[in-house]
Amino acid sequence: MIRILRQIFRTGIVTEPLPPEIEAGILQVGERLEETIRKRFRRSLTIRQVDAGSCNGCELEIHAINNSFYNCERFGVHFTASPRFADMLLVTGPVSRNMEVALKRTYDATPFPKLVVAVGDCGCNGGIFGESYATLGGVDSVIPVDVLVPGCPPPPLALLSGILTAVDGYPGKK
Amino acid sequence: MSMLSEALREAFPEELQFDHRQHPSRVICCLLPRERFAEAAKVLKKKYALLAAEWASDETLLGKGFSVYACYRWGKEYLIVRSELPAEDPSFPSLTKKYLPAYRFERQMQSLMGVIPAGHPDLRPWIKFEDWPQDCYPLRKSFDSTEPLPRVDGEYQWAKAEGEGVYEIPVGPVHAGIIEPGHFRFQAVGEMVVNLEERLGYVHKGIEKKFEALSWHDAARLAGRVSGDSTVAHSIAYSLAVESISGLTGCNIPERAHWLRALFLERERIANHLGDIGAVCNDAAFAFMLYQLSRLRELLLRTNLRLFGHRFIMDRVFPGGVSVDITAQGRDEILAEMEIVAKDFERLVEVYEESSSLEDRVRDTGVLKPEKARELCVVGIVARASGMNLDCRIFNPFPPYDQYDRLELDVPVKVTGDVHARVWVRVEETRESIRIIRYILENMPAGPISVAVGDPLPETAGFAAVEGWRGEIIYWLQAGRAGEINRCMVRDPSSVNWLGLEQAIPGNIVPDFPLCNKSFNQSYSGHDL
Ligand code: SF4
Repeated sequence: MIRILRQIFRTGIVTEPLPPEIEAGILQVGERLEETIRKRFRRSLTIRQVDAGSCNGCELEIHAINNSFYNCERFGVHFTASPRFADMLLVTGPVSRNMEVALKRTYDATPFPKLVVAVGDCGCNGGIFGESYATLGGVDSVIPVDVLVPGCPPPPLALLSGILTAVDGYPGKK
Repeated sequence: MSMLSEALREAFPEELQFDHRQHPSRVICCLLPRERFAEAAKVLKKKYALLAAEWASDETLLGKGFSVYACYRWGKEYLIVRSELPAEDPSFPSLTKKYLPAYRFERQMQSLMGVIPAGHPDLRPWIKFEDWPQDCYPLRKSFDSTEPLPRVDGEYQWAKAEGEGVYEIPVGPVHAGIIEPGHFRFQAVGEMVVNLEERLGYVHKGIEKKFEALSWHDAARLAGRVSGDSTVAHSIAYSLAVESISGLTGCNIPERAHWLRALFLERERIANHLGDIGAVCNDAAFAFMLYQLSRLRELLLRTNLRLFGHRFIMDRVFPGGVSVDITAQGRDEILAEMEIVAKDFERLVEVYEESSSLEDRVRDTGVLKPEKARELCVVGIVARASGMNLDCRIFNPFPPYDQYDRLELDVPVKVTGDVHARVWVRVEETRESIRIIRYILENMPAGPISVAVGDPLPETAGFAAVEGWRGEIIYWLQAGRAGEINRCMVRDPSSVNWLGLEQAIPGNIVPDFPLCNKSFNQSYSGHDL
């Protein structure tokens, strides 16, 4: 136990001492995110992640926004296991034919406002996989999408700002 | 002469032929009539060879029918047995009764290529879901891959367990965490799992078919996206396979390029191992380790971005070399980073070792026994945690790994086969990779980092095996008549290791499944292709 405490103490809060340009980016994005979330989502935005055919590269970066550098929880962003509690779906991959039905079902099970963020070049337009017998292309070929976050994979900061953009546009959503 | 081909020559003196279009020359390809395909497996099994891969190729554009291939490994040898099948009757004797991993390989071959493994005990389609038209075979040349497939009605037949108190728990394809999709069906009595059946294929993207539409150069990007967490390893394996048939010999690739590839590969290994060790601990309710180790992982990714322009070093390896060099300053930066990572890592390993509640969860959980592991021909971390001494860096090395005497690569092997063993193999490999990175940085030869490679010679076949962080990745490439890609076979470690998970779960309690699954951490995308 002592060792654990010592290591925690030694590590300090890594969320703070980042290179200033990156830290500024995170904070700027994060503060606006937090404010919007506070106002519009009663302090917490709950996200369900759906891999609809990704190569797993995008998932690794989505994991990274949870790490102590980006620490998305401090802005009220949480990931949930069930679409029933989700305000937002974060969908990766060129939608594979074999995931199409599961993606639609997840979307149907998600309550209003059903924000959808399509992640990665693949999520945006099918990326290198495009459309074929096995893939349907971008996420919007299967469910409505609010925001696109391009990149292969998009770095954590781009993911955070994509989430923000979707939250920002929320009142306009019917 | 290799031991395996010698054994085949003794068994089939009249019929055995050698296929000299297979490269590199140390990978021997034997041609046998199809009636001998399974008999050859029997002969090789007696010699303790393991089955590394099995696949089919549509060779109608080469003026033939289909061919089936089985790749065996024994120590440092790889041997490929090939049998030709007529297009009108593409059946061959199944290897499943001799080699368990053939079970899935052959289901997949039948589903996607339409060749028929005669005598296979379970011909339910694999990857091809029940709502595909059952007579479509995407890997055949006659199949138009650009057209969407219609959906038909159908139902998957699950294995059924019967008996008093047996109930089923279906999980997935969309899981609770941020992970890839797959379906698991548990049959349990009380809390105890009596059977687990996996169903994969959800992220099938038609990758092998896609390769055939790309140029050799562009296909390197696709190889880098077969499994995003192993992007470096896959691009190296693809590039080495192309280089083996591009009219050049391997040594024309500049030495420095090889060393840089190894540097990227070891960085990828460390980053993934750190993430995995953390994730396993987290699933045993020890979040502290996850946060600490992801912090170290993030440091590595940031250095990658700064020095090599991409957090995962994607698209930096291609046939002919690499596209980014390292400066003296970059070298110092990595050395300093390794210092920090090594120090913190050791502290965290101590915490892991001293935590008795963690130990209680990871010991004797999810055991894959050494006999089982051998029977399933698993590879990589999973194999080394279950007593098998396998590592392409030692047994099939490319520079700088071929300098063992200088590198003294030490591969950890554990025999308990439990979650702890798989974690511990990762711990020791991380230490080893840190050491190798230092060695590379201090000994890397100067010189150019790439050369132009020509397109492969027509009708040749190339092969490469690379030890990614999960284990051995195999690429087998076949050039067509005009030198285009006729077939690209990808064998991610996951293609065999998923079977290991299925076998390690029965006897465990349901709540331990996430922990066991994490300790295997196989790729869905690399398996489904
Ligand atoms: S965008 Fe890139 S990283 Fe993301 S799933 Fe597609 S290929 Fe993988």
